[in-house]
Amino acid sequence: MKKGIAALVAASTIFGAAAATADESAELTINGEIDIVTKTAAPAHLSDALDEVLSGWRFRSDQTQEMQMDDFDNPGMLGVEEGIEIWNTVDGSKGKSCADCHGEPEEMAGVKAVYPKWNDQAETVHTLQMAVNNCRENAMGAEPWKYDATAAINVEALLASVSRGMPVNVAIDGPVEAMWEMGKELYYTRTGQLEMSCANCHEDNYGNMIRADHLSQGQINGFPTYRLKNAKLNGVHSRFKGCVRDTRAHTYNPGSEEFIALELYVASRGNGLSVEGPSVRN
Amino acid sequence: MAKGAKPRVKVPKTAAAGEVVTLKTLISHKMESGQRKDKEGNLIPRSIINRFTCELNGKMVIDVTLEPAISTNPYVEFDAKVDEAGEFKFTWYDDDGDVYETTKPIAIA
Repeated sequence: MKKGIAALVAASTIFGAAAATADESAELTINGEIDIVTKTAAPAHLSDALDEVLSGWRFRSDQTQEMQMDDFDNPGMLGVEEGIEIWNTVDGSKGKSCADCHGEPEEMAGVKAVYPKWNDQAETVHTLQMAVNNCRENAMGAEPWKYDATAAINVEALLASVSRGMPVNVAIDGPVEAMWEMGKELYYTRTGQLEMSCANCHEDNYGNMIRADHLSQGQINGFPTYRLKNAKLNGVHSRFKGCVRDTRAHTYNPGSEEFIALELYVASRGNGLSVEGPSVRN
Repeated sequence: MAKGAKPRVKVPKTAAAGEVVTLKTLISHKMESGQRKDKEGNLIPRSIINRFTCELNGKMVIDVTLEPAISTNPYVEFDAKVDEAGEFKFTWYDDDGDVYETTKPIAIA
């Protein structure tokens, strides 16, 4: 009897270890045809801090990883389907849909990979959601969506899905440089009662456990992300908010200048990884 | 019809006679458990898919009772032995009385 319990304990310990440690050597191919780069050399601006950059996919358990390998198994694709409906639906005073100007969503391949980027007319950095809202307001005469609203996330997921496999290539110099520097400053600034910066977890401790969770590098190449914990697609800014809240700080709001700068900086940390959204994470 | 309920199924186009094939099904549905409360503290009424069935040429392949603890967008994957060509019929039963159906043919190769 005693021996039986010992064996049981041993078995559960092994299981626990297996469940906690993701297979960091696995490779990701979606639908058997889109090869995704989930590990590559760090971009030049990051070479002092990291040797290589890793997609969050590598830090997840086998089961979660598998969900992303087939579009049918990826619940994030439900959001993409809704995004396609929005894409083809006329909205606003000018009687236009996204499709009227842009054609098929597939023609937008590569767009997600370069955002956030500088917008000449607005003379500011635009995230993809801001660019979509710019279209809605000026080209369609429609109401802009609230930041990280479900419709906005679904369209962002659609635009991400058609760019999957393309390398993230966010510009960090020229007119965006000031915002990029601001984002970098935020990344390394300790906040909250716990006095933690983004870097404390995602640069110094990726691969280690934070309570029951396996810390990733905090890359955002897989956004929008379907999270199993809340069973919906999540936007980058909402995710930032969750992280900042966990340092017990007052957070910035989704759509705020701070989060736009942080999105630009964090996206640039993943330059070279593939666009992966909508990804599946826990 | 419950808002946004949309069935999806994945069935191989062909199978060898007697082959066991894997079928994947998913229906987008909020699966409200009936346990949660809204901001005013009122109970949000239960609204789930309570039964799912799959038939091949009228013969039952699987008949599932779904309970409130099942997550949103229930995904059911199962195997079926295909002896002859025909049609899979998938049926989901909603608490509100709605029934969602979809069919997929399968040929013998």
